[in-house]
Amino acid sequence: MTELLRVEGLTKAYPGVVANSDVSFAISEGEVHALLGENGAGKSTLVKMIYGLVRPDSGSMTLRGQPYQPAKPAEARRAGVAMVFQHFSLFEALNVAENVALGMENPPPMRELASRIRAVSEEYGLPLDPARMVGDLSAGERQRVEIIRCLLQDPKLLIMDEPTSVLTPQEVDILFKTLRQISGEGTAILYISHKLEEIRALCDEATILRRGKVVATCIPREQTAREMAELMVGTVLTPPARSGRAKGAVALEVQGLSVASPIPFGTALKEVSFAVRKGEVLGIAGVAGNGQDELLLALSGELKSAPGAVRIDGAEMGNKGPNDRRRAGLVAAPEKRLGHAAAPDMSLVENALLSGVVRRGLAHRGFIDWAAAEAFAREIVQTFDVRTPGVHVAARALSGGNLQKFVVGRELSQSPSVIVINQPTWGVDAAAAAAIRQAILDRAAAGAAVVVISQDLDELLEIADDFAALNGGRLSPTRPVEGLTVDEIGLMMGGTHGMEVAHHGH
Amino acid sequence: MFGSIDPALLLAALMVNSVPIMLAATGELVTEKAGVLNLGVEGMMIMGAMCGFATAVVTGSPLLGFLGGALGALALSLVFGVLTQLLLTNQVATGLALTLFGLGLSSLIGQGYVGIKPPATGKLDLGPLAEIPFLGRALFAHDWMVYVSILLVAGVWWMLTHSRAGLILRAVGESHEAAHALGYKVTRIRFLAILFGGAMAGLGGAYISLVRVPQWTDGITAGAGWIALAIVVFASWRPWRVLAGAYLFGGVTVLQLNLQAAGSAIPVQYLSMAPYLITILVLVIMSSGRGKAALNAPACLGQNFHASR
Repeated sequence: MTELLRVEGLTKAYPGVVANSDVSFAISEGEVHALLGENGAGKSTLVKMIYGLVRPDSGSMTLRGQPYQPAKPAEARRAGVAMVFQHFSLFEALNVAENVALGMENPPPMRELASRIRAVSEEYGLPLDPARMVGDLSAGERQRVEIIRCLLQDPKLLIMDEPTSVLTPQEVDILFKTLRQISGEGTAILYISHKLEEIRALCDEATILRRGKVVATCIPREQTAREMAELMVGTVLTPPARSGRAKGAVALEVQGLSVASPIPFGTALKEVSFAVRKGEVLGIAGVAGNGQDELLLALSGELKSAPGAVRIDGAEMGNKGPNDRRRAGLVAAPEKRLGHAAAPDMSLVENALLSGVVRRGLAHRGFIDWAAAEAFAREIVQTFDVRTPGVHVAARALSGGNLQKFVVGRELSQSPSVIVINQPTWGVDAAAAAAIRQAILDRAAAGAAVVVISQDLDELLEIADDFAALNGGRLSPTRPVEGLTVDEIGLMMGGTHGMEVAHHGH
Repeated sequence: MFGSIDPALLLAALMVNSVPIMLAATGELVTEKAGVLNLGVEGMMIMGAMCGFATAVVTGSPLLGFLGGALGALALSLVFGVLTQLLLTNQVATGLALTLFGLGLSSLIGQGYVGIKPPATGKLDLGPLAEIPFLGRALFAHDWMVYVSILLVAGVWWMLTHSRAGLILRAVGESHEAAHALGYKVTRIRFLAILFGGAMAGLGGAYISLVRVPQWTDGITAGAGWIALAIVVFASWRPWRVLAGAYLFGGVTVLQLNLQAAGSAIPVQYLSMAPYLITILVLVIMSSGRGKAALNAPACLGQNFHASR
């Protein structure tokens, strides 16, 4: 294979932090090359330099033997470099064709573009209607828009920044099939991800970054996921230890919980029933959009139900709000970090106060005890290794993984008797994810009843004692994790339900 | 009760009456489509009215007057652009300050122009069209600015829906982060949109002082800028609806003035209220009818953008 892109000695420093230091690697035509690293290892900065969004301080790049120095994305696109963004660079109020046109240098007239979109989407098995509004599309379909936008420009190098973080397993399969087809046609793919199993399944070679430096290059198929994770983190990872826990009395009981969804296009909960005992972890799986968000709202108290539908330590709590439930011992951490779990523009101290005020007694007679609130925030930062310049910075300023550690840590630090968490390690790197999972298990060992809602099956199998799946707002019967096979899990998740979107047109 | 009112004259007056609001609202529509909320329309209009009036009086040419009006308001919008786009000030507060500043500054410059008559803006000779009974008098016997304003609405509509420039403008207003990631110059595009909005408000203001009133007094725009702002929202950011809204407002204004003159039994206060109430009512009904229309607001409206990396 001939070499397509060579990166040599790229360095980029921001005030206070060196994002990339002397990074070198090469990609051949038709190769799928993985870029691996923790949050903040410098992967995004590196690909932004290749895509012309950021200019390197020093170092050089060669594309097909020619010096390559894109000053802006348009130049990169002209040179045959295309990029699919982590947070989609799409416009919700515009239709598919308009979105595609915005990403092209010289788009053809709209009608011709629409027919080309249809043709390319059929060819690669990614059905898409050019006239639909992007705001109405699912996450998987939105990604198709981005990919097709790239494919229409006949790229030589396709950069994909964490493409699977928002996809269902079925959508991931479709994506991988497409990517293999693209690379088979000679296009190189630079693939960024945390998910080691995916990289092992898809990539030919991997460059591993740690703190802005290349620490290793390897062939993913010949390594175990564990070995790669350790190269990435730089230390030996210990999987969460499960101690034999004594199961106590039922702490959280949900009986015939039915509520309408407050979320537009949401899923109503229908007759959900389960019970969690003290010291037990219940894992709830399901494809996104099957009632996970609604279940968290109904348990946290943001969504009220019949009084008897939710019982904490036997007391009826269904019609009580979040603060009453906190007082009764239930804490909840929602999936959306900014805007739900944390107020983006408020400091970590204020955010710690907002949820900790009840159980930590941070206010007396209506006056806030700021010293205690700050101490609480410091305690969370220290215990959960939240990397932040201080506790007075805005929540928005933290990286996703660090904020996740903070919001999960905040709830776990309130000595709760019932814990409800939706997607505890979403967008968090391997080391931090292991720490969060361990903290959850520690709380369970201390006697808390835990409900973990997650779309990451491996995570649930790792920490849960019991397993159930949400499907169209209904919860399957609870089964012990031990002895559960993948086929059984698939059936519990409802087989084909919710996957029509991914499969339509096939 | 309508007996003494001539429909042809009413229609003619309506067209003239609507021009300032239509121009200012069309300009503001473009600014808002780029994601910038400029509440300084009233201030820019009155600067346009003042500068336009002064230029026309000094040069004796209405055409140069309109140009001067556009430039005067453009200069004021430049201040807004520098403050909000480069220094990242709050758009709402800056816009309100711009209105107050414009009102004061125009009053200061206008000291020497009170009581002067500006040169008349010529009627456009449309030949045989103007001879058509009724329609000729109602539609085809106006000054050229009336037709220019309609052409400008059409041009803005075409630009927004059919041109690449319009698509990029809408994209910037929809998601500045995404537009930046694709390599579009968000700040530059917004600056241009702000300047366009300023120039259009200036044209609208100049039309008031040169054609509609025509003279200079303090506070001559009398809230027209605020109506223009409201029309943009209630027209759900669609150019042709802005035109309809402006004609509706102008029409009801003219009608109530006629009714007052005809000695209607309805108290004057209610009549004066009518244009505002009816315009808002009709446009609210228009924009609430379908769920989609309400979603037409640019998603990044009023949010400042700073490219962090």
